[in-house]
Amino acid sequence: MAKVIFQRPKYLKENVFHYCPGCGHSIAHRLIAEVIEEMGIRGITIGVPPAGCAVLAYNYFDLDMIEAQHGRGPALATGLKRTLPDRFVFSYQGDGDLAAIGIAESFHAANRGENITVFFINNAVYGMTGGQMAPTTILEQRTTTTPAGRHKTLDGYPVKVCELLSQLPGVAYAQRCTLTSPAQVNKTKKAIRKAFQCQKDALGFSIVEILSPCPTNWKMSPIDACKWIDEVMSKEFPLDVFKDITPAAQKNTEAV
Amino acid sequence: MATKAIFSGFGGQGVLMMGYSLAHSAMNKGYHVTFLPSYGAEVRGGTANCTVAIAEEEIASPVASEPDYLVAMNSPSLFTFQNKITAGGVIFLNSSIIKDHPNRPDVDICSVPCSELAEEMGNSRVANIIMMGAFIKKTGIVTAEIYLQSLESILGSKKKSAAEINRRAFSTGFDYLKN
Amino acid sequence: MNKFLMSGNNIIGEAAIRAGCRFYAGYPITPQNELTEYMAEHMRNAEGGVFIQSESEVAAIHMITGAAAAGARVMTSSSSPGISLKQEGISSLAACELPSVIVNIMRGGPGLGNIRPAQGDYFQATRGGGHGDYRTIVFGPATCQELADLTMDAFDLADKYRTPVMILADGMMGQMMEPVIFKKPKPRQYSENFMLRGAGDGKSKIIRGLILDAIDMEEHNWKLARKYEVITKSEIRYETYQTDDAELVVVAYGTAARIAKGAIKRLREHNKVKAGLFRPITLWPFPETQLRSLSGKIKDFLVFEMSTGQMLEDVRLSLQGYADIGFHGRPGGAVPTPAELANVIARYYEKKD
Repeated sequence: MAKVIFQRPKYLKENVFHYCPGCGHSIAHRLIAEVIEEMGIRGITIGVPPAGCAVLAYNYFDLDMIEAQHGRGPALATGLKRTLPDRFVFSYQGDGDLAAIGIAESFHAANRGENITVFFINNAVYGMTGGQMAPTTILEQRTTTTPAGRHKTLDGYPVKVCELLSQLPGVAYAQRCTLTSPAQVNKTKKAIRKAFQCQKDALGFSIVEILSPCPTNWKMSPIDACKWIDEVMSKEFPLDVFKDITPAAQKNTEAV
Repeated sequence: MATKAIFSGFGGQGVLMMGYSLAHSAMNKGYHVTFLPSYGAEVRGGTANCTVAIAEEEIASPVASEPDYLVAMNSPSLFTFQNKITAGGVIFLNSSIIKDHPNRPDVDICSVPCSELAEEMGNSRVANIIMMGAFIKKTGIVTAEIYLQSLESILGSKKKSAAEINRRAFSTGFDYLKN
Repeated sequence: MNKFLMSGNNIIGEAAIRAGCRFYAGYPITPQNELTEYMAEHMRNAEGGVFIQSESEVAAIHMITGAAAAGARVMTSSSSPGISLKQEGISSLAACELPSVIVNIMRGGPGLGNIRPAQGDYFQATRGGGHGDYRTIVFGPATCQELADLTMDAFDLADKYRTPVMILADGMMGQMMEPVIFKKPKPRQYSENFMLRGAGDGKSKIIRGLILDAIDMEEHNWKLARKYEVITKSEIRYETYQTDDAELVVVAYGTAARIAKGAIKRLREHNKVKAGLFRPITLWPFPETQLRSLSGKIKDFLVFEMSTGQMLEDVRLSLQGYADIGFHGRPGGAVPTPAELANVIARYYEKKD
């Protein structure tokens, strides 16, 4: 008898992703769907997709979902979670959505310690609108609105979301990961699971930042895009756990 | 037409309570009433005032362009409002604090040293209720009994002693005015 | 006794809680702060009640969007500049067909303007306000009692039509106290099917305003339009006062209408003008045919607004070609007395003769 070792996650719909070849969204979607399946929380989870490339996330997740206006995901998720405290609520946001137009909603949801999870897809560029500068575009990086490269005095500096939010007492868990290798993908999946676990244990705000390739707007091949994350982007945005107040993590810290 | 009164003084003198308690008692007597506090930047500390309108029919505007009564608990209140009072109206003065005399020969002046009377009672905070005693006696808008019932229901009946102090303060003002 | 002497702002809060509102988010702005404070004090005492002081008006409107999707009765409130910020979310609520109540305690504008009572947000309220092709039901209460009644009704209509409903009052209404009796709220009628609470073992649901296909979006627009048509047929409210023998009718709403009523009483007492009042209570849908029906025997109408003339356009749409329409406006926070307005009406009437 053949043993199934790989298949479509149960809670991804049978639709074909509209994402570009080599894009990280499809992997991130898959990981979230897998974790939801493994934790058995599909029936009690509500997702909030953003404006941006993942605007159609509800076409892929087989979950109850409500579309947020650009950047407002954490405010919407706050309303959902406060009304239904026993449901899992997550918002899925890009870098422009979270760190530019929605920085206030993100910052204050985190500061209130809203018991929600944010999946933050950082690809250092505005994807859907055609490759403009994002708040996380790194210095010297060329985009359609920084044609000569991002200039620190003219365009400002890349925003480091995990470093920023981890300062807030309301944040329970903040980790940055990436998707550039099977090992990294596995790490990311663990982080997603931990974030949901934080929510289950009512520890407060959890965020998983995922450095995600955008070959189309970076004008690279998918492989070069992954290399660029490993060699350039992750220097600017180090892969690390920035905050973890789960009991296990606290025990480890004490032991050290 | 509506009867209108302006209560004005420093923040902390309880002028909003004066207006509110009058409006409340008039409501209990079955009148239409409106109560409009001054609001916005100017009431954060400093002065406070409110306008009460009382009528047997619907009240069009809660604002008083020509009030019948002014209760001035301090000098700035007198200067601000004395020219608005309708001819034949009444100005109630807290004469403990206000040494100036109103410039209106055509209105009735009713001076009550309510701050001093309150000190004499040993409770400076009831100056406003003393003034209300004089106000109710002079205007007769509601009876003393209805007013006191309202006052007690506003302040809650949990503190019997407070109710008693207010009752005495009210009588002090009420009796201060000779017929 | 069940009669209370309360400020308009507090009355809205109390009426909302009695009507079963269990989620409120808001951001301080004068002259509606007392409403936010009332909700802070009382909402968390109500079973299941949530109060959040949000980081912005924008966040507040999206918080109530989430809570409305989850099935709660929701409300937010602000004053003019803050309502401008909420428009993104109001448009979204209309698109997603989520029941919600939004309170605007208007102040002087444009810009930061001032904090005095004004009626300059009529266009914004009655034309949808945000982007896209939609309307919101708009109530223009004129007394504190009406604030209580209409706040409760607003929740019922929001549920019935799955649409945002706006209470459009002004700083005077918000700050003023009047006696009020709270009516018994009706039991809520709203299907669980519309609520987003996790899919369970069933089919997953989506609530969204994003409809990329032009034909699908067109159909959604027409669906909303059909709903607005039903609302226009069934939900119009207005009051007439002394119009039976009137030679001139003043058209006014909210605070302006109560001042107009006072002015009309004076004019009749002094035997100057036999004036009457037409007062729209729903500003959208506007009582167009009801107003027009007066033009059969009355040919003089005077619109009075605390603005430079906004409802005036709706009155023109109703009466143009049927009667003469004059206008008197006091924008920017100026509130005339009934005596002043009576003089204006009398002068206008005399000039016409």
